[in-house]
Amino acid sequence: MTSALFNPNPVVYQKKDRRARSRPGDGDFDEYASELIDQLEDPEHPLTLEELKVITEDAVEVDDKHSYVRVTFTPTLKHCDMSTIIGMCLRVKLLRSLPPRFKVDIKVAPGTHVTEDAVNKQVNDKERVAAALESPYIAAMIDECLTPSYE
Amino acid sequence: MGDSSSINCVQHIETYVDSSSSKSPSQQDASLDALAKLLLNDMITLESLVREMEMYLTTSDNIIRARGILLLAELLTRISSKPLENKTIHSLIGFFSDRFSDWRALRGALVGCLALMRRKVGTGVISGSDANAVAQSFMQNLQVQSLGQHDRKLCFEILECLVDSYPDAVMTMEDEFVYVICEAIDGEKDPQCLLLTFRLVEILARLYPESSNSFSSYAEDLFNILGSYFPIHFTHPKDEDDVKREELSRALMLAFASTPLFEPFAIPLLLEKLSSSLPSAKIESLKYLSYCTVKYGGNRIQEHHDALWSSLKDAILTFAPSSLTVGPGQQDNKIADEALILLQKLIQLDNGSFPFLKLILKDVDINTTLKSLSSYNNYDEITVIDKQRLNAVGRILYVSAAASIASCNAVFESFFSELVNGLQSVMQEKDYVPEPKFGYLYICVDLLSACRTLVKPTEITYLDNETWCTMLHSFCTMLTSSFVKTMKESTHNIYTHSGVRGLQILASFPGNFLPVSKSTFEDILVEFISIIILKFNNASIWRSVLNALVEIGSLIEKSNDLEKMASFDVIVVDRMLALLSSDDLSMPFSLKVEAVSKIGMTNLKYMLKIVQELNTAISTSLHKYWLDGNSNSAEHAMLLLECYADKVLPWFQNIKDADNVAMHFALRVWDEIEENTLFCDSLNEKKLLETTMNGMKHAVASCSENSQSMILDKAFSILSSCTSFQVDESMQPAEFSCREEWIISLFDSVIIALHPNTQGKNMKEILQIIMRALSNGHIPSAHALGSVFNKMPSDMQYISLEEAMDITFNKYIGRFSNGDNDNETGVSNLRLSNVNDGLVNSHAIIVGLAWVGKGLLMRGHEKVKGVIKFFLYFLTSNGHSSTSNGSMNSSEDCEDLMRAVADSFSIIMSDSEACLNRNFHATIRPLYKQRLFNMVMPILLKSIVKSDSPSTYKSMLHRALAHVICNTPLSAILGEASKLIPLMVDGLAILSEDVQNRDIAYNLLLVLSGILTDKNGQEVIVENAYMVIMCLNKLVFYQHMMLVRETAIQCLTAMSELPYSKIYRFRPEVLQTLSRVLDDPKRSVRQEAVKCRQAWALISSRGLHI
Repeated sequence: MTSALFNPNPVVYQKKDRRARSRPGDGDFDEYASELIDQLEDPEHPLTLEELKVITEDAVEVDDKHSYVRVTFTPTLKHCDMSTIIGMCLRVKLLRSLPPRFKVDIKVAPGTHVTEDAVNKQVNDKERVAAALESPYIAAMIDECLTPSYE
Repeated sequence: MGDSSSINCVQHIETYVDSSSSKSPSQQDASLDALAKLLLNDMITLESLVREMEMYLTTSDNIIRARGILLLAELLTRISSKPLENKTIHSLIGFFSDRFSDWRALRGALVGCLALMRRKVGTGVISGSDANAVAQSFMQNLQVQSLGQHDRKLCFEILECLVDSYPDAVMTMEDEFVYVICEAIDGEKDPQCLLLTFRLVEILARLYPESSNSFSSYAEDLFNILGSYFPIHFTHPKDEDDVKREELSRALMLAFASTPLFEPFAIPLLLEKLSSSLPSAKIESLKYLSYCTVKYGGNRIQEHHDALWSSLKDAILTFAPSSLTVGPGQQDNKIADEALILLQKLIQLDNGSFPFLKLILKDVDINTTLKSLSSYNNYDEITVIDKQRLNAVGRILYVSAAASIASCNAVFESFFSELVNGLQSVMQEKDYVPEPKFGYLYICVDLLSACRTLVKPTEITYLDNETWCTMLHSFCTMLTSSFVKTMKESTHNIYTHSGVRGLQILASFPGNFLPVSKSTFEDILVEFISIIILKFNNASIWRSVLNALVEIGSLIEKSNDLEKMASFDVIVVDRMLALLSSDDLSMPFSLKVEAVSKIGMTNLKYMLKIVQELNTAISTSLHKYWLDGNSNSAEHAMLLLECYADKVLPWFQNIKDADNVAMHFALRVWDEIEENTLFCDSLNEKKLLETTMNGMKHAVASCSENSQSMILDKAFSILSSCTSFQVDESMQPAEFSCREEWIISLFDSVIIALHPNTQGKNMKEILQIIMRALSNGHIPSAHALGSVFNKMPSDMQYISLEEAMDITFNKYIGRFSNGDNDNETGVSNLRLSNVNDGLVNSHAIIVGLAWVGKGLLMRGHEKVKGVIKFFLYFLTSNGHSSTSNGSMNSSEDCEDLMRAVADSFSIIMSDSEACLNRNFHATIRPLYKQRLFNMVMPILLKSIVKSDSPSTYKSMLHRALAHVICNTPLSAILGEASKLIPLMVDGLAILSEDVQNRDIAYNLLLVLSGILTDKNGQEVIVENAYMVIMCLNKLVFYQHMMLVRETAIQCLTAMSELPYSKIYRFRPEVLQTLSRVLDDPKRSVRQEAVKCRQAWALISSRGLHI
């Protein structure tokens, strides 16, 4: 991780109250929900992405019938260098948590980042994702961000 | 000294002193013990020993000298009970205190000094001058803080001993000694040593009078050292430190409070910490302040009053909870509570002119809050901040008034009339404001409850002249009417609750307290009872009024207030009883029963009245129901019986000589049955019968043995007067009529609940009747049969256990199993009878046999083997014999029977609510489940392994095995895990094929997960890893039960922690399976799958393939 923080004093938001999990047993099918990813940690701060409003429940779109997921995230700063890493974390977490039938698109919210296109390209290109994960440095960083979400 | 003991002694000394590695510590301890024994038994004298050791004590070899001195010191510790001459002690203590200068051998010197100083009077103690010498040497030679932890501890113990036991010696040294102590304790960090230092300061400070000059000059220094430890806080918390923290904190508090001389330093420090932001520091400061203020005394505290009050007000106003619920269930805040305790202590410490109380009464914040009460019109309009403020002020006034009678007078004089007028004025202009002003109501109730605490039932009239009493007296009627109005007319729960609470407080003043007159009390009761009777639609107020009545009732009972008891009796209890018998249907019957039973529980006298009424009500409703099958009366009877079994009978269990109640109830029910020979034909309320049986069981169970015999006789006479129960040999099953069904069921209930010692004269007939009923398919009879066999004493007067067994086995069940050797014919007979004659209900027979087996197993009787053998034979014979017996057996019937037999293992192994438990006096030998497990397991194992029969039979065997495994304690299973795991895996595979088996499969899986969490179990799992993983991989897709899927995944997650070398080969397969589970319809399963997938991915350094 870089020594100087890009955003040393982020605005922290109240976590949204999760809608109550339906009791096990009622209903045949529970919907897929965004809670898979909102527990992720920010690479810079020991806060979750939801607390920083990088990810909100509304920004996750799930179409179960057509096996399609679209995630839109909002970096805290326009020139935040961590955006790519955040995108990669989202990508990896979803790859590990969703059944393979889903097609996942991860986008930076339009107009919230200076290198929007570059980030989108890196995060949504299969080859680039695989290549990035080959780097032990990046893989370790992503794993570090993801660990709390498995507890 | 004898030569032998002398040589012996020298050897021991050498062993101990030898510091080379050749001697182990245990050997050295042993020689120490041996020497101590020699000394205690006078085999050697201390003088000769010292002479013998001279070389070791004085040698210039540091190590040997240290060991030598330590040996002498340890010996002195061990012979502390042996009397020694003063001369000896004098020379020894001189030696040891002299050695303080020898830092290399310090340990021994400290231990020795301590041992000598701690000797009891009568066995020789050191003199004052010796103590002085020790202290002098200590002061000259020891730098405590430069020593190790254990030596420091010893030093502190020596100091403590000096201060505690030789105060005169200490006092002669004055300043110097205090200075040394300051030096010694300064900077101490070890918790154990700190505990000693705090105690040391405490006793030291107590030695000096308050006026002592020498000490007061050191007080500041001492306190500065102590104060730095407050509040006690561990920077590296460990598990057991919490207890130590409490201990330390208490010791420090005692040290703080040890002398009033600390007051100028302690109070400012505590106040400063109180304003810190750490909640624990606040609580600690408040606790310390409460303790110290009492110790320092009111006069010394007075100068801090302003500071104290402003800090306290701050704490209470900030931390008081903002919810204004009335009565129990109030939220608490630890800080506010501690602050209020301190507040009350301060008021109680106040001298005659109440300087502190005046601060409160004149406080601007409190007065403005009280003034603003009139602006809170409606509860909902009060903001959260105002609510918190209101609560805080209420509590401050409450503790102020409750502190003492004088303070109560002051508070009442300042506020009460204003408050009541406020309440009153609102009531008068009620046309405009629908609700009274909540603030007045709330504070009034708080003040009332405060003055209630001042009235003790034992103290009498002198209170009546106090100001608050006269004020209360003059306002009493006004208050009552306001509260009643609020209670009745307000629509808001919180208002009505406050009203009820106010009335309850007024009603709970003792009868000889004049300000609240008897007529007021009666008026309140009348109002309450009218709410109970009329306002049952409003559950919340109804409950709160009922609770208030119950509390008033139990208070009267506790204070034995005869005058009030009479009024309560007439106004409340009698009206309640009338409710039960009245035909008024507007009030729900369940509420009536609840109200009556709750009131009854306050007092034995009421309860006895109520029990009578309940009995009558039960009889009438049963009677009505039997006659015409009226569902309304059935429901009433059910409610009454439930109340009886769940509330009334348990209540009587704590009361002596209440045996009669249960007995009368039981007899009454039997009377009722006897008198009613006409039963309506179509009685289909199974539930009422069950409830009645339950009531009967509990009633009989709580009876003494004599009463049980009476009930049994009565029941038996009714039973035998019924023709269909007369014993004949033909075994023709008969349809039971409704009445007969009731009679036999209730009779079974009586049998189930009997004591083992209750003697039935007609056991033989009883057994036969029960078995007749059983062969009719009457399951409760199976419970009764099991209970009989469990409890019957083996040397019973009228019939022996063996005999009873013979009757059962030969005559009825024996038709199927003629003794142990003839299982085969028995089995085929049972099969045949099932299809052929249709006379006997084979299922019921099997269930009956299972209960008999359970009864026998629980008491540890040998005969249980016969039953088990029969079952096992049935299961393992695979239906071979049935095929030889002709084609009449359809395999379906056979399967049903086998399932029943397999399930009988569940009956035998599991605990039952219905019978054979502690409540019903069952004989229970410990470990009976393990015994059955050991008995059955080898046979089942063998037969499953060799069984090559169709899968249905195999699945039955697995079913039986699963029942046994699920009900056996895990520890027993773990012992056999290596044999069981393959079978369990096999069983899971087979059982999961059929939906009907899903609960059994789940239970079996739980056992497997239990094995997985145990260390030894894991080793077995590792050996069978392939099998287990394959099985789990299938179970994660189990359609019929989500819990099975979830548990299977959790098991897989647990398996990922097994040694890498054993499981790495399964990784790809598990991961593949899990990626499909990620699509599970249930979220919790998906979440487990994600976790599991991650866990398996991480076992390899390659990470997850994506």
